[in-house]
Order: sequence, then C-alpha cells, then structure tokens
Amino acid sequence: MDRIEAVTDIIGALDDDLPIVHANGMISRESFSVKDRKANFYMIGSMGLTMSIGLGAALARPDKKVAVLDGDGNVLMNMGTLAQIGALAPANLYHICLDNQTYASTGDQPTISGAVALERIAAAAGYTRAWKVTERAALVPALHEMFASDGPAFLLVKVAPGNLPGVARIPYPPEEIRDNFSAAMKV
Amino acid sequence: MIPENEFIAGLKEKGFDFFTGVPCSLLHGLVMGLEEDKSAGYVAAIKEDAAAGLACGASMAGRKSMVLMQNSGLGYSLNAFTSLHMIYKTPCLILMSWRGYEGKDAPEHIIMGQINDKLLDTVGIPWRELTEATWRDDLAWAEETMAKEQVPVTLLVRKGVFRGPH
Repeated sequence: MDRIEAVTDIIGALDDDLPIVHANGMISRESFSVKDRKANFYMIGSMGLTMSIGLGAALARPDKKVAVLDGDGNVLMNMGTLAQIGALAPANLYHICLDNQTYASTGDQPTISGAVALERIAAAAGYTRAWKVTERAALVPALHEMFASDGPAFLLVKVAPGNLPGVARIPYPPEEIRDNFSAAMKV
Repeated sequence: MIPENEFIAGLKEKGFDFFTGVPCSLLHGLVMGLEEDKSAGYVAAIKEDAAAGLACGASMAGRKSMVLMQNSGLGYSLNAFTSLHMIYKTPCLILMSWRGYEGKDAPEHIIMGQINDKLLDTVGIPWRELTEATWRDDLAWAEETMAKEQVPVTLLVRKGVFRGPH
C-alpha cells in the first residue's frame, strides 16, 4: 500500500476530535492534504520527538486518548522512547508507525527498518499490544481493534516508499498549530 | 544548600505541575525529592531531548513544565529547543547543572562548562544562576520570563546548591 492510502484510511477511521501528533515531513504534509483536522499537531522540526510529545500530552491528560502518527525514521532516531512508553504504560496512548523503510522527506534514502522489527521491539518494551499490518484491507480493522482496548498499543503499517507529488507544506505558523492542538487537548 | 522540599513547594506555588528530566549528581537532592513526592509525578526521561519533547506535549495539554538536566544534555536537546519550543512558543523551566564551572571538573565537563552560558545566550534562551541566597527571586524571575517571552528559561545550578549523592 502507498503511504497516502494508509494515511487516508487512518484519518478516515479515527474520530475527528482525537488528538494526533504527526511526525515531521511528508507524514504531516500528506495527512494535511487528506484532511486538515484541528486536533492535529503537525511537528515541523524536532525529528525523533513525535512519541515524546504524544507521551507528554497523554501523561498530562490520562483521561483522554492521544494518538501518534509516526514514521520509521523518527522511531529509530529515539528508540529509547519506546522503552519509556512501555515502562510508563499510559493506557490512553496509541502509536501508529508508517514504515516505508526510507527517509522519504529527504529523498528516499534507506533507513534500517527493513532489518529491524520495530513492532517486536515495542512489544519487548512493554506495549500492551504491538503488531504490524502489510495489506491495506487489514489496516482499518486493525485500527478499530487497537482503539477498542487500552494502550499503550503500537501498530506498524508497512507502506511503499515514495511520496505523493505536489503536496503542500503546512501553511500555518507554529503558534497556530499549538493553539489548535491545545484546544483539542482541553476538551 | 536549598532544602529540596522547600524548593519543590516553591515550584508548585508558581504553578509547575509537570516534572521530567535526566539526573545529575549536582541535582541529586532535587531529583530524589521529586521522585519521593508522588504528587509531583516526576517522569524519569531516557534522554534530554526526549524530556524536552515530553515537556512540550504536557504544556500543550495544559501543564506547566519543568525539565531537569546536566549541562551535557544541552547538546542533545538544542534542536528540541530551537525547532520545537522556540518556534511553537511552548515555554518550560530548564533546571540545568553547571558542570565544569571555571574549569574545575572531570575532563568531559570542561568544554561545556566554559561555553554553557555563552551557548544559552547564542541560542536565545534566557538564563540566570540559581543560588541559595536568591532562589525564590530566581524562580520568580524564571516564571515571569517564561510567561513573557514564551520560550524555555534556564536556571543554572552550581555544585553545592542542592544536596549531593555522597
């Protein structure tokens, strides 16, 4: 499946008011092109910190579900945070990782995720559930299953390398992104 | 020495309610005080940039965040400050030990000890030294500066300000 197909299905399956912390680069941009949700946090820099931002939000509001839409490059950059999430075990955190085995935003240079089973690392770190999907037909059922149970859960979504051409950058100033996400976290 | 329970009470009075970080021996007493104070909910982070990310997420979810770190962690977390906190304007208090102050420390701390203050100036992170005599004013200044500038604000901590491990 292409990443844009996965992003389309994920955004379609999740509630519009669910806060989602997005990885930087093409993941944020493709998600924005699918649907610009007010509850989206578009991380435009600070690669490696998608999980930490989501975890901080989840710990601050344990009564509220928080999702992280991550990429393999981000997870590999700060893999210790998988251990941190497993150890703290926030029941309200849902971690989806789009794995195309490349740094797509910088020109499709390969990552090492083809040789590393990130979902098995998440399981070993203590996520309550960690598994992967490779077929598009399995994605939406997996998401429903994921959000029906307590977290922290990790879903690895294997997608093809490559980017949707002509996808715009996030047009909002960072402070506006912050305010939208903060408002979604206040509900 | 600043009694850690008084300092933690001072932090809470200023509204701080999310605490994370990576320990330093110079901050030992404070870290242990936060670990033992269950109401503080201290989150032991795996790395300083990850602690900065946690602080940002918690701030956007309505908390007032503090990050503890050794100054060696400044290198790891600089990109978090410049490409996250300082552009999204998510302030936090950074309590940073000043290892290598005046060149008196183990070799690995000497260079950062020499440039610690200048590096913060270059990045544009307001800082002040936290001292035993002035800590209530220092804390008040940090909290006001965070609110006014909407950026991370650092209090640098020399050896002996908090209880050590030995």
